[in-house]
Formats: sequence, C-alpha cells, structure tokens
Amino acid sequence: MTWKRAFTSSIGRKIVMSLTGLFLILFLIVHVSINACIFNTLFDAGDKGDTFNRAAYFMGSTFLIRVMEIGLFVLFFIHIIQGLMIASNNSTRRGTPYQIKYGNRGSRWYSRSMGLLGTLILLFLIVHIAQFWVPSRFGQLEEVQVRNGTAMVHNLFLRMEQVFSHLWVVILYVLGCISLGYHLAHGFQSAFRTLGVHNKKYVRMLVVLGNWFSILITIGFISMPVSMYFGWVHQ
Amino acid sequence: MEHYTMNLTLKVWRQENSTAQGRFETYQVSNISSEMSFLEMFDVLNEQLVIEGKDPIAFDHDCREGICGSCSMYVDGKPHGPWRHNTVCQLHMRAYKDGDTIVVEPWRAKAFPVIKDLMTDRSAFDRIVQAGGYISVNTGNAVDGNATPIEKEKADNAFGAAMCIQCGACVAACPNTSAMLFTAAKVSHLALLPQGHPERKTRVLDMIAQHDKEGFGSCTNIGACEATCPKDISLSNIARLNKEYRNAALVE
Repeated sequence: MTWKRAFTSSIGRKIVMSLTGLFLILFLIVHVSINACIFNTLFDAGDKGDTFNRAAYFMGSTFLIRVMEIGLFVLFFIHIIQGLMIASNNSTRRGTPYQIKYGNRGSRWYSRSMGLLGTLILLFLIVHIAQFWVPSRFGQLEEVQVRNGTAMVHNLFLRMEQVFSHLWVVILYVLGCISLGYHLAHGFQSAFRTLGVHNKKYVRMLVVLGNWFSILITIGFISMPVSMYFGWVHQ
Repeated sequence: MEHYTMNLTLKVWRQENSTAQGRFETYQVSNISSEMSFLEMFDVLNEQLVIEGKDPIAFDHDCREGICGSCSMYVDGKPHGPWRHNTVCQLHMRAYKDGDTIVVEPWRAKAFPVIKDLMTDRSAFDRIVQAGGYISVNTGNAVDGNATPIEKEKADNAFGAAMCIQCGACVAACPNTSAMLFTAAKVSHLALLPQGHPERKTRVLDMIAQHDKEGFGSCTNIGACEATCPKDISLSNIARLNKEYRNAALVE
C-alpha cells in the first residue's frame, strides 16, 4: 500500500481529520490560555492589559513561533478542505432519500452535523482573523509601551475593547464559540476512536474528558467578548 | 398478553425493477392478529393482492427466526422496526394497535440498489467478505480446546462480532451510508483470535479497499449503526478496525 492510498481511503481520511483536529485542539488550549491573560486586570489595577499585550506579542515574536503559525494555517486548511470533502461525499451515498428519517435514535444531533458546525466555525474564523490577526500581523494597530520597560507592543487589548463594544460582534462570537463547543463535543472523543482507542476504560475517560474540555473551552472563549462588552474587564 | 385484532393502513414502497421510478402505495389490511409476525402480516396482504389479481410485494425473508439476515424492511424510520436488538421477522404485531399507519421502505443506499419493491441487492457485503474476511488455508480438524489459550474476554468479543448476520441495517441507519460497522465486525472477529493473526494486515487493507470501491460512505463515529443493529454489534469494533488499519497501513 502506498502512502497516498494509506491516507486517502475512507479510514485514511479519518486519520488525517483526527490528527489535524487534535493539533487544532492543542492550539485552542494555547489560544484560550493567552487570552485569559486579559483577566489579570481584575486582580492588578495597574495591569491595564499589559500582561495580555506582552503574551500576544510573544506569540509572534520568534522565528520558531512564526513557522508554527504557518503550520497552523496549513493544518486548518487541510482539516477544513478534507472535512468539507468528506461531508459532501457522504451526503451523496444514499440515493433516494427516506420518507421517514432515522432521527435521534442512538446518536446526537451534533455528531451528525459536524459539516454544518464546521462551516459555521469557518465563517466565524474568517471574521475573527480579519478582526484580529490581519491588523496585528500587518501592522495597523496602535502601539503601547510595556510596563517596567521600553519595548513597544501592539495594543491588542485596546483592539479587543473596540471590537467587542458592538453587540452584534459579541453575539456572533458567542454563536461561533457555541458551534465550536458542539464540534469539539463530538470531535474530541471521535478523534481518539479514529486513532484506534477501543479499550472501554479509556474510551469512557475520553468521552468525559472531551465533554468537559468542550464546555470549558466554550465558556472560556465566550467569557472574553462578554466581559469586554459589559466593561467587567477594561484598561 | 391478551390477543386482539387490528385494522391497519400500510404505505409500502413499490418499484418494478432497479431502473424504474418507485412510489408509495397505500394498502388496507384488516383482522390482523396481535400474535402474527410482521412478515406474516405481509403474507396476508400479499395473498389479498394475489386474489385481487395484483402483483404481490417482493420482500426478502428466509429463516424468520432472526438469524439469517435476509429480512430488510425500514419500518417507520427505523431498520427492522421499533424493537431493539430485533430483526423485522421477529417483530410482532403486538407492537401496533388498531388504526395505526405503518410506512415501509427498502434499505436506501446506492451500494444496495433496489431489485424490486422492498428487496435490495446486498451482494456488496459478500464482495467485502470475499476481499479478505476469511482464513485462506484449511485450518484442519478441531484441536484440543486447551492447546491454544484464548482470554475469555477476547473470545467473547470475537463471538460478539461474529454475531453479525450481514443484514445491512447499519448501512440503512447510517447518515453517511457507511458499511463500517459491518466491515469492523468481520475484521474484528478474526483479529481477536489467533487463527486470524497471520493475515490480519492484508485482510483489513483489502476489505477497506473493497468497502470504498462499493461506494459506501465513510464512518464519522455517529453511533446510529450500533443503536439499530439487531445483533447489538458494538461501536468499539469500529475503533478496533481503525487500529487494525493504522497498524497495517503504516507498514504494509
């Protein structure tokens, strides 16, 4: 069997989806952790977004991180294209549709809607990248001096405050994060099953872990635009 | 349970042959006994149709005791009807009450083309088994039971997977029209036993290649197959299949 065939059979494609998915999960952990630095303003009145701005600056500061960033885009691209191909391919296999649908028996709606949830996340991702990553990388952001130093960094904290002052943006982000949560609720445990974890003890653990992970990631990401909008977190 | 009779309305898929345009026909059946099986109710309807000079409804059936895997009716949105771990031949009319309307469709999958009415061509499953779901040498007479020790749990799991009767309900239920639960059961029952080990790598690769060639969808771990399987084949067989594939595809 050639490498090409190994990764393009029905199971091979799944392996690609699960590996890219798991790397994207690692990225989400980094992303939510860096973002959580905005909450330091709650504990330190003198912070004024400095912890977050320095953390965000670090995420684009070194050559290694920049290379990983390109890798991240590649993984996103593979996961999205492959996912859309699998979803559209599978939808053509039935032929004549059933008069009465099988429905919710034995499965949850989000496990059957990974393509739809993924598309919603993709739309959200485009808006999100346009609002934060593009202005930060291509230098349209106001700069601010770091606390106890002379270095200048992008004031992404201010950017967040500006973006999340609009109600429609906050609603869009909340919906995007909820889609992500449901996508993860299936994707997390499914990825491990695809990699061949079938030991009951581990599957049970991974299902519970996946559900908690999805809930925490969703709450974590939602809390940021919401607390900015209501002014709980400010400079 | 007390015996009762009922009158029912049936909406049944009728299709002349694999190329014809199908349609639903509505039939009335009366005085159906609660102790009849679902297929006996169809026999009554067919006798009625023959007397009326009409074409009887074609449907697959053989043993009528839930072990051959021939019967294949998609009843009111579920393969094999409303009961769990049950084939449609073992569904009894006590599941229904007077005045009910029942919609009966064939398995819907491009890989299972309709032959006539409720009969579908499921030879795609045979070709998947022919691709590698066997041991290619004669294993000889039964050896002493203690000669090859096998853990009880593995033996039980292999037996659980070997329970698959190839009815195709997993394909009919799967939103992706995937035959992965079937293929997983066939790979698992051999992979778990020592007799299956020498050919395990080529077996999984060949069977998956055939599965894809037949035009089934791919598995996304949804679980509708497990919920509908009349023999309660576990979804964990699919994860075991994935492991078998991973181990084989990376080295073969």
